[in-house]
Amino acid sequence: MGAAPDIRYSDGIASGRLSAEEVAENFGDIHPPLDQHEALVAADRCYFCYDAPCVTACPTEIDIPMFIRQIATGNTLGAAQTIFDQNILGGMCARVCPTETLCEQACVREEAEGKPVLIGQLQRFATDQAMREERQFYSRAEASGKSVGIIGAGPAGLACAHRLAMHGHDVVIYEAKPKPGGLNEYGIAAYKTIDDFAQHEVDYVTAIGGIDIRYDTALGKDVSLDDLRAKHDAVFIGIGLGGVNALSVEGNDLDGVEDAVDFIARLRQADNKSDIAVGRDIVVIGGGMTAVDCAVQAKLLGAENVTIAYRRGQEHMNASQYEQELAATTGVRVRHNLQPKALLGQNDAVTAIELEYTQVADGKLSGTGQTITLEADQVFRAIGQSFEADLSDAGIDMTAGRIATIGAHGQTSAEGIWAGGDCVAGGDDLTVTAVAQGRDAAENIHAALSGVEV
Amino acid sequence: MPDITNTFCGIKSPNPFWLASAPPTDKKYNVVRAFEAGWGGVVWKTLGEDGPPIVNVNGPRYGAIYGADRRLLGLNNIELITDRDLHLNLREIKEVKRDWPDRAMIVSIMVPCEEEAWEAILPLVEETEADGIELNFGCPHGMSERGMGSAVGQVPEYIEMVTRWCKAHTRMPVIVKLTPNITDIRYPARAAKVGGADAVSLINTVSSITSVDLDTFSPEPSIDGKGSHGGFCGPAVKPIALNMVAEIARDAETAGLPISGIGGITTWRDAAEFMALGAGNVQVCTAAMTYGFKIVQEMIAGLEGWMAAKGHASLDDIVGRATPNVTDWQYLNLNYVTKARIDQDACIKCGRCHIACEDTSHQAITNMVDGKRHFEVIDAECVGCNLCVNVCPVEGCIEMVQLPAGDVDERTGKTVQDDYANWTEHPNNPSVVAAE
Ligand SMILES: Cc1cc2nc3c(=O)[nH]c(=O)nc-3n(C[C@H](O)[C@H](O)[C@H](O)COP(=O)(O)OP(=O)(O)OC[C@H]3O[C@@H](n4cnc5c(N)ncnc54)[C@H](O)[C@@H]3O)c2cc1C
Ligand SMILES: Cc1cc2nc3c(=O)[nH]c(=O)nc-3n(C[C@H](O)[C@H](O)[C@H](O)COP(=O)(O)O)c2cc1C
Ligand code: SF4
Ligand code: SF4
Ligand code: SF4
Repeated sequence: MGAAPDIRYSDGIASGRLSAEEVAENFGDIHPPLDQHEALVAADRCYFCYDAPCVTACPTEIDIPMFIRQIATGNTLGAAQTIFDQNILGGMCARVCPTETLCEQACVREEAEGKPVLIGQLQRFATDQAMREERQFYSRAEASGKSVGIIGAGPAGLACAHRLAMHGHDVVIYEAKPKPGGLNEYGIAAYKTIDDFAQHEVDYVTAIGGIDIRYDTALGKDVSLDDLRAKHDAVFIGIGLGGVNALSVEGNDLDGVEDAVDFIARLRQADNKSDIAVGRDIVVIGGGMTAVDCAVQAKLLGAENVTIAYRRGQEHMNASQYEQELAATTGVRVRHNLQPKALLGQNDAVTAIELEYTQVADGKLSGTGQTITLEADQVFRAIGQSFEADLSDAGIDMTAGRIATIGAHGQTSAEGIWAGGDCVAGGDDLTVTAVAQGRDAAENIHAALSGVEV
Repeated sequence: MPDITNTFCGIKSPNPFWLASAPPTDKKYNVVRAFEAGWGGVVWKTLGEDGPPIVNVNGPRYGAIYGADRRLLGLNNIELITDRDLHLNLREIKEVKRDWPDRAMIVSIMVPCEEEAWEAILPLVEETEADGIELNFGCPHGMSERGMGSAVGQVPEYIEMVTRWCKAHTRMPVIVKLTPNITDIRYPARAAKVGGADAVSLINTVSSITSVDLDTFSPEPSIDGKGSHGGFCGPAVKPIALNMVAEIARDAETAGLPISGIGGITTWRDAAEFMALGAGNVQVCTAAMTYGFKIVQEMIAGLEGWMAAKGHASLDDIVGRATPNVTDWQYLNLNYVTKARIDQDACIKCGRCHIACEDTSHQAITNMVDGKRHFEVIDAECVGCNLCVNVCPVEGCIEMVQLPAGDVDERTGKTVQDDYANWTEHPNNPSVVAAE
């Protein structure tokens, strides 16, 4: 049974455009898990390549041919361990990695026939089984007597914590929010990680022991870097990007104008997704993964017209081809070469957006002067996140607005402080990269704490 | 259209595709369906002595091995000969032959190794007006424990003796079905010929255990926790069967003895290969048991299409065409020098050729060239073994290319010669040296 038509097509921002059942169905698993037979068929397609290109393309360098071979031989738990050896958040990565630009793009069968081995789905098949059976593969080494403070319980912090705990160090994670997981919990599109997977995964990771998470404890407010350095033998910063880029156009403060990440976080935290109100006509400004996730989820909540307005051409969009296709098949319209000029409103609420056409001349983007006005009772800003914290007092060098690291293991310019994930410069803002950086920093911290020259 | 009608030791059928003696030919219902689908003939499921029929196990009688996507590659069975009443079978055979006079009807028989037993059953079979009989000397399980099947087939003297009895007591052509569970297939074939057989058919199933259940430690198929070796058949046995057919076809002592080729035949191509190696026709079991009777239509169309494309007018044009090309190793041309060549446009860079050659063979394929992932054959190391071709997942990507006479083989430093030279004349051959 659908919602009453008068709600579904009413103007303004409203909840209940679709019935609770319709919303539940829309937010089901985007890629239903492979069953045993599908997994075997998919696994059989792997060639067990030598020096496999898919492994090189994986930021955590999971031994993909090995775990797929293990699935093929019926050793699914062994496959899970092969994955977790390199990536303890292999379950989430299996769901959220843009495999089409990582391992599966590099897969030789993508080159051969345009149909890569389903690496992501196979990874999920194996990790799901291990997590369902609550199989733990790692235990803690003898206590080292050292302690490490980690700031942020996102993918970077969790991966770092797990590896350190494994090596016998005690870990305390300071987390500003009331829940762990970082963007796994607050950011990733709901249909990629259903059934509270992010929290289950945190439980699975922290089950190793020796990881104490202190919630509602923010760096810069409740604790300082100096405190942490005094208390711990080493510190890892994995605080992601707390800020969002500002949109400096008129009407920015009208009701109905919101940051996409806030909308997504509200949606992820809602007990009932159908309670989340959305507009009838929505415009999302931006061209990345966040813009697509925001637009698609708004559409799935029942918004009638959802348009992504991106200021450059399609080839520049940060959203992958797959994400763009997802937007298209969900019914989201993506328009290119349009930049926001003004947000128009009535009674303090947004009613329309004026967009200016753009062109690129001599490599520079500029407005053409021509405009178009789209009706909009809700507008989302998805023009990028930024690093907020001020760490200069602690002697941490920044570059390009984020923390600068020295070498490949996340050391910062401040002694005893490491960093990884979205908050460091030079990454690609992916969960899997955050995991790789957290893990590698942990190994480096472990070496430093064990007195090995690093 | 080429003519694919078949005459096999005097028995005519509209095509060379017969169903082998097995469950697909165990009763009228199945055989009529087979003929409706287009099969050229059947060898009826093996009949035993008159009296209470044998019994089969009541648990699983098959086991299997699989390739990708559960493609059945090999089937194992512990089924015995027919477990239906002899007279019911004979009645049905007669009815089917009457209704389908143009199809070949062969009756497979296995009775104890005593002349009276054969003397008793042969007139009953003859009375059905079947076209011929096949002596099941092949079944490797169950019946062999009772002194029949492969227990006879493994002793050439018994084969000769029983064949002789049959020839003495029936006017029907006698086909002797051979077991592959012996060391040299030529001996039983020769014995059959000496005994007067009109033809041989081969192979029956290969003794096997398909797998072991690692929870219960029971072999599969498991009957109450225990297993017995069974007979293996299907695509996996084809290479073994092909070789055995060729061995008999090129043996001077059995020259001219018709051969019905059996073992893993699944497509027209398999059938054509058996016939090229000397089989006058073929029999199929597992493929039908996997896909049903309709596959014969692909076999017929495929064989006709290939023959038409190649200009072969009748089966006589293809039977035995490959036999003269089967030779002994010592006569292979040692002046035929090949090197692997990788088609870089087709290569998908999986690296399998490299690691196979690097780890297990001759270190003759690069994996990096100028810091780039690149697979290329190093002629100075390549022995031309073909392993890389076999492991490459892209068909046609690696080819073995013959070095023309006059070129220098970089591996040996020798100039490739134009003439034919084999081991019998090679300086390293001790018997050559001894002869000097
Ligand atoms: C909407 C959206 C969708 C995305 N979708 C995908 C996707 O599909 N696939 C993909 O691979 N990547 C995706 N990403 C990117 C991915 O989520 C991030 O790259 C990844 O989460 C980075 O991990 P992190 O640990 O560095 O930071 P975060 O996940 O941001 O975690 C940082 C943690 O630190 C905490 N924190 C912040 N400041 C403080 C402080 N001062 N004191 C204490 N704690 C603090 C935060 O509360 C948070 O828990 C998406 C991002 C967004 C915004
Ligand atoms: C279940 C089963 C039962 C068989 N029973 C007989 C039999 O009674 N008599 C016989 O001569 N061969 C028997 N065979 C062997 C087949 O006739 C045939 O020789 C063998 O399966 C190889 O051919 P294929 O690879 O096409 O299956 C049997 C095979 C199977 C699978
Ligand atoms: S590249 Fe593809 S085929 Fe090769 S190992 Fe990786 S997943 Fe398997
Ligand atoms: S033919 Fe044999 S030796 Fe030559 S490259 Fe291939 S695998 Fe190596
Ligand atoms: S095995 Fe074939 S496809 Fe793979 S690298 Fe070698 S030549 Fe290329």
